[in-house]
Amino acid sequence: MTAIDESPATKLTVQEQEWVDRFMDDTTLFLGPDPEIMRDHSIAPRSDLEEIVLAEGVDRMQVERIRKRIAGALDEGYEMCEAQGAAPGAKWGDLTTAIYTAAGDVAYLSCHGVIAFSAILHHPIRYINKYWKNEPTVGVNPGDGFIHNDARFGNVHNTDQSMIMPIMRDGEIIAWVAATIHEGENGACEPGGMPSGSETPFDDGLRMSPFKIVEAGHLRRDLLTFLQHSVRDPKLQLADLKVKITAVRKIMERIDKVIDEVGVDTFVGALRTTVEDVDVEVRRRIGELPDGTYRFDQFMDSTLKENILIKIACKVTVKGDSMVVDLRGTGPEILNRAINSPLCSVKSMMMQAILAFWWPDLPRCTSAMSCIEIISDEGTWADASYDAPMGQSLQASFRGFSAFQALYSRMSFSTPHKYSNVVANWYNQINTFLWGGITQHGDMVGNLCADLNGMPGGAKPFRDGEDAVSPLFCAMADTAEQEVMEEEVPFMQLVSKRLVRDNMGFGKFNGGMGYEMIVAAEGTAQWGFMTVTSGSKFSSIYGMYGGYGCGAYPLAMVKGTNVYEHIRQDNKKFDLSIEKVMNERPFEDGRYMTYHMGLQFDIAKDGELYMISQGAGGGYGDPLERLPESVVKDAELGRITQHVAESIFAVRYDPEELPARCRGHAAGPSGGPPGALAAGQAVRRVLRRVRHHGAAEGPSLLRVVG
Amino acid sequence: MRVPMTEYLVIDLDTERWTCRVCSQDIGDAHDSYKKGTLVYDRDPREIHQPIIDPNRYEYTFSPDPTYCRILEYYCPGCGTQIETDYLPPGHPPTIDMLIDVAALRAQWEKSGLDAEEVFNYGPGDDAQKYTAHHKATGHIR
Ligand SMILES: [Zn+2]
Repeated sequence: MTAIDESPATKLTVQEQEWVDRFMDDTTLFLGPDPEIMRDHSIAPRSDLEEIVLAEGVDRMQVERIRKRIAGALDEGYEMCEAQGAAPGAKWGDLTTAIYTAAGDVAYLSCHGVIAFSAILHHPIRYINKYWKNEPTVGVNPGDGFIHNDARFGNVHNTDQSMIMPIMRDGEIIAWVAATIHEGENGACEPGGMPSGSETPFDDGLRMSPFKIVEAGHLRRDLLTFLQHSVRDPKLQLADLKVKITAVRKIMERIDKVIDEVGVDTFVGALRTTVEDVDVEVRRRIGELPDGTYRFDQFMDSTLKENILIKIACKVTVKGDSMVVDLRGTGPEILNRAINSPLCSVKSMMMQAILAFWWPDLPRCTSAMSCIEIISDEGTWADASYDAPMGQSLQASFRGFSAFQALYSRMSFSTPHKYSNVVANWYNQINTFLWGGITQHGDMVGNLCADLNGMPGGAKPFRDGEDAVSPLFCAMADTAEQEVMEEEVPFMQLVSKRLVRDNMGFGKFNGGMGYEMIVAAEGTAQWGFMTVTSGSKFSSIYGMYGGYGCGAYPLAMVKGTNVYEHIRQDNKKFDLSIEKVMNERPFEDGRYMTYHMGLQFDIAKDGELYMISQGAGGGYGDPLERLPESVVKDAELGRITQHVAESIFAVRYDPEELPARCRGHAAGPSGGPPGALAAGQAVRRVLRRVRHHGAAEGPSLLRVVG
Repeated sequence: MRVPMTEYLVIDLDTERWTCRVCSQDIGDAHDSYKKGTLVYDRDPREIHQPIIDPNRYEYTFSPDPTYCRILEYYCPGCGTQIETDYLPPGHPPTIDMLIDVAALRAQWEKSGLDAEEVFNYGPGDDAQKYTAHHKATGHIR
């Protein structure tokens, strides 16, 4: 959109300006997202009450006691959502509960859950304050609750639905409590709420700006019906609305008790003190980092429909206690593809890096990023405009996380006091199956497998990363019990958690490994799968300090055959892996194919195989520094092939010796594994020498292996 | 004084040079990118992330596509240690990942009165202390 400045030549009088303002207010056609609110991630100025209370001084012990009780209440609310939530996301912990100041700043977040929400939910609350509080047809009253999901109004992405309720005293809002759950299904053009196939913003599903769905304690049936009518899973929509309302009310009950005990002023003072404490501490911590500029560029290989190359740029400048993040140089938005993200969602994932990996000891507040300046061009795919589809905005926002994770290691490496360990890049794609259709019970559903939570990561300067440990956005999220899911959906994971050999970010310390998933549907009137990730041609994460990143991940399919029939006839065929199925082609009548990981909803006939793998965490340090005994152990466990041991780690061993060690034979003379390593070490020395001798030949050096 | 800036690089504040943390090889001007003083190899990513499914039959094989992605490997010219890797499209210039304000770095350490190498550590946690101590004892980490 082009704005043309036609400011009047003459200045309006105060009276005239009032008339103009009133006219504009009375005749506003549509209240869309407010750029003033949406561009701003900083904490609000003190309210009059906060000013008065803080001027009088707060009792620090009292503040701490209040914080602890709030934390307890929020954790209880969190557990209620996790235990009772109907959405798969809720069951695995993809949710959060939080308390906000009257202006909407997050003052405290539940211990578990998705920290990213602490950078995001102030937007809808500011919107409610600005537009609905004094709007005669809406208003904010005790017992009211607002629902919201559209990321254009401030959200991680549109699958997440919030229930936001005010805490009020004497007609004034003194705080807000909210619960947010990754609900998944939202009526988008594909099931599961994050379509890779959306081509307009209207394909992204529900577009809930913040609106009041609970009025004076009552869930409005008319609006509920409208929402249920707009999604594939009306049961889910109702169940989880109730769950969130109940959880928020429970939290408010406990907080009401705190307020009754300490009084409104002390309570409001405690919230604001927490927010301001974190702001001060963040500035101090930035001051500890060496001044300089730090850059991390990432490249994405997919629109989720076709292969492309597009950049996401991130340059951080530290000077004293100021930090400026510059995203300029990031590629343009693509107005008919789903990969675009609003800037607020990218910021939320930067916050995820800050609070989970930079400074995990800080209370989760809006203020943890408040003082960091972020420069970005609107109309890029990490700062998408209103008209851009954003069904798979995670493609941009998760790379915001990766940039912050990678850069902090460089910024903080020299600092004598660290708040966390240096960590190589976490895997940053949600490699999992989204699914939808008609279940064996006749219900229409749409959602996804929890395997997206099996992201590997965590290689550090002193230890390997962990396999399939947790998603980057939620440390405590679970990969769930597939067998439980199978009670409710008409497909099985024929292979559920099998590590893919050599699927590893190699390094002195390896990143964690990812596992493969093979699914096939059966006994359903209609069913389909989709996948929504990039990184099939260009690795989606990189290594650290000489370590390597992850590989590239295919979607493999066998169509035109029913493997269940094959397995029923010959159960020896039930030994599946992507490698085995695709290379050996055991089902004669099948059509074997690979595809990138942006599969739009694809109808799955009975027994057709869909096969994907989780990625790998980035490796830390030069692989040639990896201890030979660690390399041999990886080979022994089947984590790497002998070929990788030699070609990447330059360790040669006698494979015949490995089973001997398994049977408990004594170690070789060096204390390492028996026999093999003398040769390996010689190879490693040769490698070093080749590198060294190459020096004279100029800047391009061939590293000859083996 | 030498300040550890990455796993394999220090900045020597006396000479204002990037220096290899492994072999003390001079890498280059600390006011500039250290990458200019390294040996660089333009690696076909299929050599590192090797295909798991048959590349003769399938387009997507677990290997990055070399027409999309190259790995630039940066080695210390003294000891051959792989200091850093960049994943970049073919022909894309190396990422200037660190430009340090050397004067500010010096002022910061002078103010602290500490020796940067002496106080260097990998951060908190029982985990870190245990593994770090073990690997230091065997000379596996610095
Ligand atoms: Zn060296």
